[in-house]
Amino acid sequence: MKKSVYINSVGSVSAQKTFDNSEFLEEITDYEATELKVVSPNYKAYIPPAAARRMAKGIKMSTVSSQTALKEAGLENIDAIIVGTGLGCLDDSSKFVSDIIKNEEQFLTPTRFIQSSHNTVAGQIALGLGCKGYNFTYVNSAVSFESSLLDAQLQLENDEATHILVGGVDEMVEHHVRTHQLIDHFKNQPVTMKTLLSSKTEGAVMSEGSHFFVLSNEKQDSTYAELLGLEIYNELAQEQLPDQVRSFLKYHDHSIEDIDLVVLGNNGDINFDGYYQVLSAGLFANTPQAYFKHLSGEFDTASAFAFWLSSKIIKTASVPDIVKLNALHSSAKTVLIYNQYRGKNHSLVLLKKC
Amino acid sequence: MSDLKLELKEKIIEQLNLEDVAVEEIADTDPLFGEGLGLDSIDALELIVMLDKDYGIKLADPKEGRKIFESIDTMAGYIAEHRSR
Amino acid sequence: MSKGIAITGMGIISAIGGNVQENYASLVSGQMGISSITQIDTIHKDEIMVGEVKATNSELEDMLGLSKNTHSRSPMLGIMAAKEAIDQAGIVDINDCKTGLISSTTVGGMDKSEQYFFEYFESDKHHQHIDGLHAGDSTQKIAAYLGLEASFMTTISTACSSAANAIMLGARMIKSGRLDRAIVGGTDALSKFTINGFKTLMILSDTYNSPFDNDRKGLNLGEAGAFLVLESEEIVQKENRAVLAYVTGYGNANDAFHQTASSENGDGAVMAMKKALKVAGLTPEDIDYVNAHGTATPNNDLSEGRAMLRLFGEGKVPEFSSTKAFTGHTLAVAGGVEAVYSILALQHNRIYPNLNFQTPMSEFDLLPETESKEKELRHVLSNSFGFGGNCSTLILSKEA
Repeated sequence: MKKSVYINSVGSVSAQKTFDNSEFLEEITDYEATELKVVSPNYKAYIPPAAARRMAKGIKMSTVSSQTALKEAGLENIDAIIVGTGLGCLDDSSKFVSDIIKNEEQFLTPTRFIQSSHNTVAGQIALGLGCKGYNFTYVNSAVSFESSLLDAQLQLENDEATHILVGGVDEMVEHHVRTHQLIDHFKNQPVTMKTLLSSKTEGAVMSEGSHFFVLSNEKQDSTYAELLGLEIYNELAQEQLPDQVRSFLKYHDHSIEDIDLVVLGNNGDINFDGYYQVLSAGLFANTPQAYFKHLSGEFDTASAFAFWLSSKIIKTASVPDIVKLNALHSSAKTVLIYNQYRGKNHSLVLLKKC
Repeated sequence: MSDLKLELKEKIIEQLNLEDVAVEEIADTDPLFGEGLGLDSIDALELIVMLDKDYGIKLADPKEGRKIFESIDTMAGYIAEHRSR
Repeated sequence: MSKGIAITGMGIISAIGGNVQENYASLVSGQMGISSITQIDTIHKDEIMVGEVKATNSELEDMLGLSKNTHSRSPMLGIMAAKEAIDQAGIVDINDCKTGLISSTTVGGMDKSEQYFFEYFESDKHHQHIDGLHAGDSTQKIAAYLGLEASFMTTISTACSSAANAIMLGARMIKSGRLDRAIVGGTDALSKFTINGFKTLMILSDTYNSPFDNDRKGLNLGEAGAFLVLESEEIVQKENRAVLAYVTGYGNANDAFHQTASSENGDGAVMAMKKALKVAGLTPEDIDYVNAHGTATPNNDLSEGRAMLRLFGEGKVPEFSSTKAFTGHTLAVAGGVEAVYSILALQHNRIYPNLNFQTPMSEFDLLPETESKEKELRHVLSNSFGFGGNCSTLILSKEA
């Protein structure tokens, strides 16, 4: 008998003020930009200076979001740490490459190289907690976080672990933004929160963030929701999407009508938002809909913001107006998240109130 | 020599991001590793690069660093004797 | 304890051969693949030795029928290995059952990114490589080449234990019924990034690496692609597959000791090996041969040696050797390369020599096998350890 999987706590550092779990999108930061930085917490309140001195931004953000999640779950340690990241601590990798070129391979220092290892966040959290358990890092673009979720789900369902810290983190870095603007993966014209989806331009608004969650097979007072299922697809054609969604829901004994809210990853890229259109105008035309990338921006683990948002929505039984994509009222009990990036790395995540 | 020691303290603070440490807080005989300033093996590698870059001293084996980096005194003494720039 | 997961195909390209057969021939004849670096223009070329894949990018493109300069080197090495693995398994249509691709890499397309890092802003000539930086790109290109559609795909990056972890996840997903077939492994090409990175850590040897030797001077970097095909019992029966060996045990643990170094007593390694034995339902006495991580850095070999002594007991460590002296340290792929070698060891009842070993380590009484040797093997244990305290162990067995 497979055990149920619960989201027992959340922690977030994002382009919105999300680091304080007692609030839920009360202060919104609007912008007119092509890229977004996180609203930084006071890192010094979380990290002693001696420990902070070599920390990349991704590690700092993740220290805050993972500590927040552990605290809310009432845990001092966990059985496993699983992290998703598209690019790791990219700022250090980027600077290391730049130093190699500028200094012609001389006088390079180890710290930037060490931070460049994709598993540095998972390793640092383990080091900080003294957690000797299972420690994995997934690095597959827009499904990096979902890969981590799936791994945790396998272990919790089979009772190989009880509490797992699962997260997603990515940094925004100048060189990365500028190069990807050259190929129109990121927008060259600034947009605002309101104009993102109607921009009719190519590319996304790049951002960054770190989200951590304690997933457990034991329900407790702090529990947000139950993770019913998730699936990852390397690529799908738009025409295949409705059938894949239907069979995913059927596999988990749900129908389209059972979905109270569908959370979509629209990022305002005229070339790829069609995937979401297929669902919002088709399969889920009569379902309450929400979106989130106008708040979080786009990054490889932006879908972890959607996971955070959906967990909060279910726990508070309310959908903030700012994320509503249509006017239908949602009872916010059963939530489906769909995300993809540039037509690849699709994911479906089904959450339910419990 | 005391100029070199001051210079080393400033460089160590900058290179190793010791934001909360002031030059006056590092005594010439304080141990840099372990208790004392609390540096570790990765810092030692950073300091080896500093010797190379700023003083033209190349160490082939990281173990050699242990004695040299004991304190500001030992570091300054070694650099004064071996520097090529 | 549960049944092992069948391995029905394997493929490899490394410094000692472009396919499985060539690799095995080099292993048994003691043919090293370590040389001076020829394909990357680095100022360190006279101070380091590497385990380079002999084919140039252009030759790889031709072998794979790819257009010129569309792929960085990592995906090409990965495709070479994955293709061989699939062909060997006899898979005609990769989408004929629930198939997943689980790859691993540390640098992905870094070889191109570091080459055109500033040039991107001057000319659009190499803009096709901009999106090749992220680790998932190499996996996506392997999937595209294999024709994988609407399927599970992910990439693991846990430094030098990555491919071992990819194999572990594939086995777990088949065991839990999430997949019928998993193509698992990894790929990593040499790059200035890793050469200079390991140089800053001062753990690169200027000569042939010598694992478990008292006078070892560090590692030689290598490059490789290595993949296995894992299939469920149902598929094996339905397709009447020849099973090469089974993944019977796996374990991952964290040393939680230091960002890059292993703990002196090998805590994480001991835990990983114990977990793997537990999953396989075996005791330490059941292990016939250990393919050690053995990178030839002072730190790894001491830590791993102590871990083996703790697990097996003084005087009871089975025959062991590191094959890093053949291939160099292939980073993310090491666990994949060594899984292929472990399967070959089981198939041929053969233990490989730990080359370049001369002087036993002063800290303990452990002697690696130095000659190629025949021995009836039932269970082989393979270790892979990495930065961030990551420790992984696989157990490969002749029978499920």
